[in-house]
This record gives sequence, structure tokens and C-alpha cells, in this order.
Amino acid sequence: MNHTEQDLVTEDSPRDHYKALVKRSPFYEKQVALSNTNKWHRWKAYTVADEIECMEQEYFAVRNSCGVFDVTPMSKYRIGGPDAEAFMNRLVTRDVRKIKPGRVGYTVWCNDQGKVIDDGTIFHLEQGVYLLCAQERQYDWLMLSALGFDVEISEETNNIACLAVQGPTSCATLKAMGLAGIEGMKPFGLTHFDFGGAKLMVSRTGFTGDLGYELWIDFDSAEALWDALFEAGKDRGIRAIGGDALELARIEAGFILGGVDFVPANQCVRLHHDRSPFELDLGWLVDFSKESFTGRTALLREKQEGSRYRLVKLNIEGNKPAHNAYVMNGKGGKTIGAVSSAAWSPVAKANVALASLDLTKRINDNNIWVEIFYQKELKWHRKWARAEIVKDPFWNPERKRVTPPADV
Amino acid sequence: MTKQYDAIVIGGGHNGLVCAAYLGKAGKKVLLLEAADEVGGMARTREFCEGYRVSAGAHILHSLSAQVVKELALLDHGLDRSGHCLETVILDEQGAHVTAGRDSASGEGLSPEEIEAYASFKKKLRSYAELMQPMMRRRPPRVAALGFRDSVALAKLGWNMRFGLGTEEMRDFLRLAGINIYDVLDEFLGEGPASDKLKGMISLDAVMGSFTGPRSPNTVFTYLCRLMGELEGDMQLPVGGMGAVMQALANAAQAHGVEVRTAAPVSSIRTEKGCVVGVRLASGDDIDADIVVSNADPKTTFLKLLGAPKLEAGFANRVSRIRNRGTAAKLHFALRGLPKFTGLEEGQLRNRLLVASSSDFVELAFNPVKYEEVSDSPAIELVIPSLADPSLAPEGHHVMSIALPHVPYALKGGWDAEARKAFIDSVIASVERFAPGFTELVVDSELLTPADIEAQFGATGGHWHHGELALDQMLMLRPLYGAAQYTTPLDGLFLCGAGCHPGGGVSGLPGHNAAAAVLKNKKKGRAEAVA
Ligand SMILES: Cc1cc2nc3c(=O)[nH]c(=O)nc-3n(C[C@H](O)[C@H](O)[C@H](O)COP(=O)(O)OP(=O)(O)OC[C@H]3O[C@@H](n4cnc5c(N)ncnc54)[C@H](O)[C@@H]3O)c2cc1C
Repeated sequence: MNHTEQDLVTEDSPRDHYKALVKRSPFYEKQVALSNTNKWHRWKAYTVADEIECMEQEYFAVRNSCGVFDVTPMSKYRIGGPDAEAFMNRLVTRDVRKIKPGRVGYTVWCNDQGKVIDDGTIFHLEQGVYLLCAQERQYDWLMLSALGFDVEISEETNNIACLAVQGPTSCATLKAMGLAGIEGMKPFGLTHFDFGGAKLMVSRTGFTGDLGYELWIDFDSAEALWDALFEAGKDRGIRAIGGDALELARIEAGFILGGVDFVPANQCVRLHHDRSPFELDLGWLVDFSKESFTGRTALLREKQEGSRYRLVKLNIEGNKPAHNAYVMNGKGGKTIGAVSSAAWSPVAKANVALASLDLTKRINDNNIWVEIFYQKELKWHRKWARAEIVKDPFWNPERKRVTPPADV
Repeated sequence: MTKQYDAIVIGGGHNGLVCAAYLGKAGKKVLLLEAADEVGGMARTREFCEGYRVSAGAHILHSLSAQVVKELALLDHGLDRSGHCLETVILDEQGAHVTAGRDSASGEGLSPEEIEAYASFKKKLRSYAELMQPMMRRRPPRVAALGFRDSVALAKLGWNMRFGLGTEEMRDFLRLAGINIYDVLDEFLGEGPASDKLKGMISLDAVMGSFTGPRSPNTVFTYLCRLMGELEGDMQLPVGGMGAVMQALANAAQAHGVEVRTAAPVSSIRTEKGCVVGVRLASGDDIDADIVVSNADPKTTFLKLLGAPKLEAGFANRVSRIRNRGTAAKLHFALRGLPKFTGLEEGQLRNRLLVASSSDFVELAFNPVKYEEVSDSPAIELVIPSLADPSLAPEGHHVMSIALPHVPYALKGGWDAEARKAFIDSVIASVERFAPGFTELVVDSELLTPADIEAQFGATGGHWHHGELALDQMLMLRPLYGAAQYTTPLDGLFLCGAGCHPGGGVSGLPGHNAAAAVLKNKKKGRAEAVA
């Protein structure tokens, strides 16, 4: 069945989004009960916690025990039908045929100009059926891309609740919850369990760069899942976390965030303010051996002619996070870029940042400086700090990859 | 075994033929594949009922590029340009007709001032057309990366505008080019029934072929496009019909070594890694070539022959949104004798006759088409080609060819037999008002609605120009950004039909410009090299 006007005006359809301007995930009440900071923000239509009790404790739960983050607002689309594989392969830059059923793949997708619309994950649910997850809403772009394909695209954002369960005790917690054999799942694996009659999907994925899983279930079973999870994790340091702790974890892991480290191309209006996969250090996701995918021509040209920007990870001297700092070629030199994400990393014990460098400028990789502004009781200070471009993520522990994970 | 060709041209419409001929002339080994049994596309001349032949779509030769005629030596290949230069008679029920030529007008009630106003208006607008003409004879400039030639072309246009026209006229050109013909006619031409007829004629010429009435924006621009034809040569009814012109083009192409194959519909354009490698015929045969030039309309080329999946999503979507709802229809009558028009001598019937008594008349005739209805008082362009070429009808008989600018592609309630008959009868009744006794002469008729034209000639929407000719689909936006210089996003695939700059009408310019683009195109480092 292809989409008709009729489908689009039913309740809960993507076009009815305006009817509920603020939505609550099925885990909202659980988080409200725990919250003593009352700090929330909006992720698309949903209310999401910045912090539940204490950002630092939440962050350390992710790194030392088990942090649980509500990712229900994530945009989710189910894509099936005879042409689903061909459709996906034309949509994204990587070769979807290499993501086997039961596997998950990280990818980006671009517009015709080869600029990144969003990044996200493809869950290959069963042969030829996919779940595409992204931060931004994609229904429009998916429908627009569907011209000429026999595919069914359904909006699942408001049907599937999702929890990210991240940290070294996450596997043991899930095992204790009764997910037999979970320890055998490899990174980017995906499998299904029965949960009190509901279908529970578990993937070994996350946004923290650590050992971790994501649990996917329909809204009706969500609260029961939360309860079972926290019961199973209570001796394993489980803790609900907010977006602030996650933000620190993802910067350490070197993951980029739409709207922060790049402007999603479909929202970008100014020339050259968007980014290609190459410019986001994601060239490895681009597979030119595919005959056609959106952005291919522009990306091929970029590959031949060179990119305009380069995303780098910076290790900066001192301990003052380089929020919004300019990056300079030499101390006091010409501006060559700007920091998009910055943090003091407790695990790496380093002052880290993601920055975009302008390749039209002359850049000496070995003499990069940032100019950091920071405030102490409303008084601004300025500091020059040397920065080193590093290749690897600041946090990249062995346990992220090991199967089975240590039983802790 | 398939032969090897340098280039394949899909479609033997006049633009396909022109393009193939130029490519052949440049030494390329070219195969032209036409779906129908005959070349000529919408300008074919064929039998529509036993013993009567007529040009199916285009019936009047008014735009054929003189440059193309010369460079392809069409006169040596059978083109006959010696015929009568058509004037236009704007009909009047009482016989107070107005006859207009290029810059002359005559008729009851036309004062010398009105005639002078007409002449100077035509001259003024023709000077604008002249200004635009060089832009029509070359590929449109690229906006993103202006090449040297593009800059020169634009600089020339600017120079001619400023120094050719002068400041006053330049200002007027810029003021008029984007607005509607109705207001402009009111500004420049006289008042009264006779001048109204001149306005009706110009209105009809401005809107013919596009989804517009004289009050629609853009109609000065479409009129200027039409006027460019006056710079190329006489308006004629060619001997042998438009088909004879098509045959001359085919002869020229064949003389340059082009292999023309008819009844050979292409089912798909084959690609590998974003590069064209050839075509597949409906018969299942594959033919290889690194260059494929499509004379089919852009939607057919991209969405049917290539398929949206092979294009990038944004581009494919923009193709799907090309405006190409055709509104021009043809109605052919087989007649057992020559009709008598009140107040017209037999000799005057060799001209182009219009039912378009004023701009308002044309605007009112346009209105219903917006709501998928037909007017019961349609604007009409009428010719009797059998007067120029008696071989088109049995001895003593005649054919009448009528172009109707405002007929919906989809009629409310559908184009069933009843609706067709009712419409044909209403046109007969319209003609009867000017030519009493006409109804009795009708032996048979053929109605080609835009939907019929689409079905029989392949152009999506049955559109005269393969896509609306308007400011949003002109120059570097024609047929759409990303394929506006006859090249396409696919290496080796080119467009050459009326959907391209400068648009439709039997001009040969899209075909000419496309051939230049093909010959100039250095192979991009064929895509897979980097992969
Ligand atoms: C009602 C009407 C009246 C008109 N009157 C006039 C007029 O009086 N004077 C004038 O100058 N212009 C007139 N025109 C406009 C003129 O006819 C067209 O603009 C012109 O003929 C377009 O030529 P073309 O070569 O670009 O395309 P076409 O003539 O449409 O030719 C395209 C060719 O491609 C072929 N083709 C398509 N798909 C395939 C395939 N898959 N495989 C193989 N072949 C394929 C088609 O069969 C066709 O032969 C009129 C148009 C209409 C609709």
C-alpha cells in the first residue's frame, strides 16, 4: 500500500503533530517521580529531562554502572514493501545491503547537494524491513524520496517507546531482568524478547561510546518495562539520567549531534552553513560503489575537488571547556574555525572539544590554539590554550566491543 | 549482435531529427529511434479518416530557425519555403473581418492611427524579441558557475539592452517582459471593435500552447517567444503538410549518416554507475552508446525511461513537479467542399483564420479550462491546408485543421463519446456562425484533446511545449534546474526536445542547441573512476 492523502489525515498522523504541541513519553511520570531538579527541555514534541537529580552522578552512572535515558522522542520510521532495500540504498550514503537482518548500522543521509540531512541508525528488522531512527523528523524527506519506489513508510515515533540503558553493568542488569542470552549479542546486534506478552526489541547500541543497549517496546508496555528494569538494576547502580549527562558522554565518545555540530541540511538556509559527510569526518559512510544515492554526484565532486570544512577532535590544554571558542592558526593568529561541542572529560581527564575547521584557510595542524572565554561570578576571563588534533575518540573502552561483556 | 553507435537519439520529433542531423554532420555515428511508424512527432502529417490527411499537432510553420534551415541545407533536402506567406484574418460574424500581416492591418473600421499603433507595437515588441533571440540560439547560462561564454552572452544581452534599445526602451522592456499581454494591449493599441480584433489575435498568439489567458502573468514573455518566429521567416502552410518539413529533416539527417529506425520504442535508458551505457528497446534488444539524447519530454525521460530511483531524490521530485498540463487541442474536419465564410473571398481562405474577436473573448474562453470545463464559445485558430496542398484530400474535397488553445486535459465528467461529440458540435456551431452551411460540409472529424495528444505522441500532459513555458520554467530553469543546459545529472544523458530551452513550436532550436551541448561536453571523469 502506498501512502494516500487519506492516510495522512488520520489521528496521530505526521500532519496532526500540531494537535499536541507538548507530548509526554510513557516514561514521563516515572521520571517526574524521581526528579528533584525540575529541569526539562523539548526534543521535538516531547518533554525530556536535562537532569533528574544530579548531572554528575548521572554521568558517572553511565561510566561506572548503568544510566537509563528516555529516547522515546527519537524519530522512528518503519520501511517495508518490495522496494524497501532499494529505497534505503538510494536514501543513505552507505551500502545498506551490508547491514544484514538482525543488525544495526549507523549512517547519514544527504540532500542532492551532498549535505547531511541527519545521521541515525538503520535497524534491519527482518529481510527487507527496516526501522530508521533519527534525531530530526524525516517523514517529509522519506515520502519525497519514495517517488518511484514501491515502499510502505510508516511513522512509528509515537508508537514505540525507547530506553537507552548504558554503562558497564547494563548487560548484567538486562540479564537479571530475564533477557536470557543477552550477553551473546554483539555490538550493533539486534534481537527480540517476549516481555509479558509484549514484543521487546533490544539492540546493542547507544550514544555514549560505552557498553550499552537500547530497549524498544510499544507505549502500553513501557511503564512495566521501566519498573522491571529498575528492579533488576537496583543492586547494579541503575539511575535515570537526563540529557546533560548524555551530552557529556557523547562528546567524550566523539559523536556529533545535529543542530550542535552540524545544521541539518533541510533546516539550513545560509550558503555553506551545512556540512557534507566528509566535512563531518564521516567519509567512511560514503559508498561510491553504489550506482545511485542522493548526494552522490555532489559528494563525488567534493571528493575530487576537496572539502570546505573538516571536523576535528581537539585535546585542549588546561581545564576550562572551550565552549563556543574560535580556533586560531597559532596563538593570536587568524581564525580558522570554531568549537561546536566542548567539555571537561572526567574519564579521559582531558579538556576535549569537537571543532569545525575552514579548509579555505591556511592551517598548521601543529600550531592550533583556541581562545576560551569563561565566567567567574559574572566576570569574564579570556584564555589562550594550545590544542592538539586527536584521531581517536576521547573515550573508547574495550568493554564497548567485548562479547560477552564482563558480568558485573 | 548490436552495432556500436556514438550516440542514440530517442525520438524522431523535429528536435530529435535536428539534433541527430547536427551530430551526424559533426561526424558522429548516430542511431535515431522513433516509437511511431513515422518520424515527425507532434508535427506528423497523417491520415485521420480515409482519404484525408492533416498535420496532427503543429499545422502552421511559423518558427523554423533560419539558421537550422541553412546549416542543415534543408532546402536541398526537400524543404519548400516558397509557399504563400500567411496573413491572419480575425473573423467577424457580419463579415467585418480584420486582416493582419506582420506589420500591416486592414479592415472595416480600422483608422490610420489604429493601423499605425499596431505597426509600431509590433516593431517595438519585435525589437525585444530580437534582443532575446541570441539567448534562444544557445544553451542558457549557468547561474551557479558562470563560464566565460555565459558571461559574454549575458554581457552582450546587457549591452544590447542598454545600447541597442536605449534607456527608455530598456526600461519599457523590463517593465513589460514579466506582465500580462492584456494590459499591454490596452496600453498600446486603439479602442473599438476593429482594434479589439487585433488585440484578440495577439492575445491568442500569446496564450496558444500554454495554460494561460491574456490576463495571466508571463503572457508578454510567451508572445515574445512567438514573435521570434517572425524573425526567422514567413508563416506558412507547407506543401505536403508539416510532415513534408519533417521528411526534409529526416533526409538531412540521413544524408549525414544518421540511421533512422521507426517503430522502435525505447523502454528504458540503461546506466552503470551513474553513466549512460545505452538503451533497451521495448522489443527487449539492448543497444549500446555512451551518449543518449532524449527527444521525449522531461517527465517521460527521467521518470519513465530512466526511473526516479536512478536520480537523486530532490531532482526526481522537482521533475515530478514540472508543470505540463496541456491545454491545446486539435480538431480536424474532412469536408466535402470548400466552406464559404461571410465576407471572405476564396483566396483569403488560404490564410490563418481566427475566432478571437477581442482580448476579453480569449480570456473568457480560457476561464472554463481552469475548472476542467470547455467554453461553448472557444477561441479558434483555423486553416484549410488542402488549399495549399490539394493532395491532402480527395479531389474537390478539403481538410480543415483547427487548433484550440483552451481544452482541458481532463474534462470534468470525463472525455467520453458524448462529451467529445458535444464539444465537436459546439465548434462546428462556432464555425457555422462565420461560414453558414459549414455543418453540411462535414464528412468526418477527429478531436485530439491534450490527453489524446499524450496518448498518441507521447508528450506527458499532451503539452505543446513539453512543459509550460513560463518564467519559472524558462532559460536556466527549463525544463528544470539541474538539466537546463541539455545535460542531465547522468553522465552521457542529454535532452533535446521542446521541454528544453527555448521551448516548443517547430523551431528546431532545442535540437540545435542540444547538439552543440553534446559536442562540447567533455566526458566528465566517468564517475566510477573515483569510486
Ligand atoms: C495542439 C497543438 C498544436 C500545435 N500547433 C503548432 C503549430 O501550428 N506550429 C508550431 O510550430 N508548433 C505547434 N505546436 C507545437 C509543436 O508541435 C511542438 O512543440 C513540437 O512538435 C515539439 O517537437 P519535439 O521534437 O520537441 O517533440 P515531439 O514532436 O513531441 O517529438 C517527440 C518524439 O519522441 C518520440 N518518443 C517519445 N518517447 C519515445 C520512446 N520511449 N521511444 C522512442 N520514441 C519516443 C515520440 O513518438 C515523438 O515522435 C503545436 C502543439 C500542439 C500540441
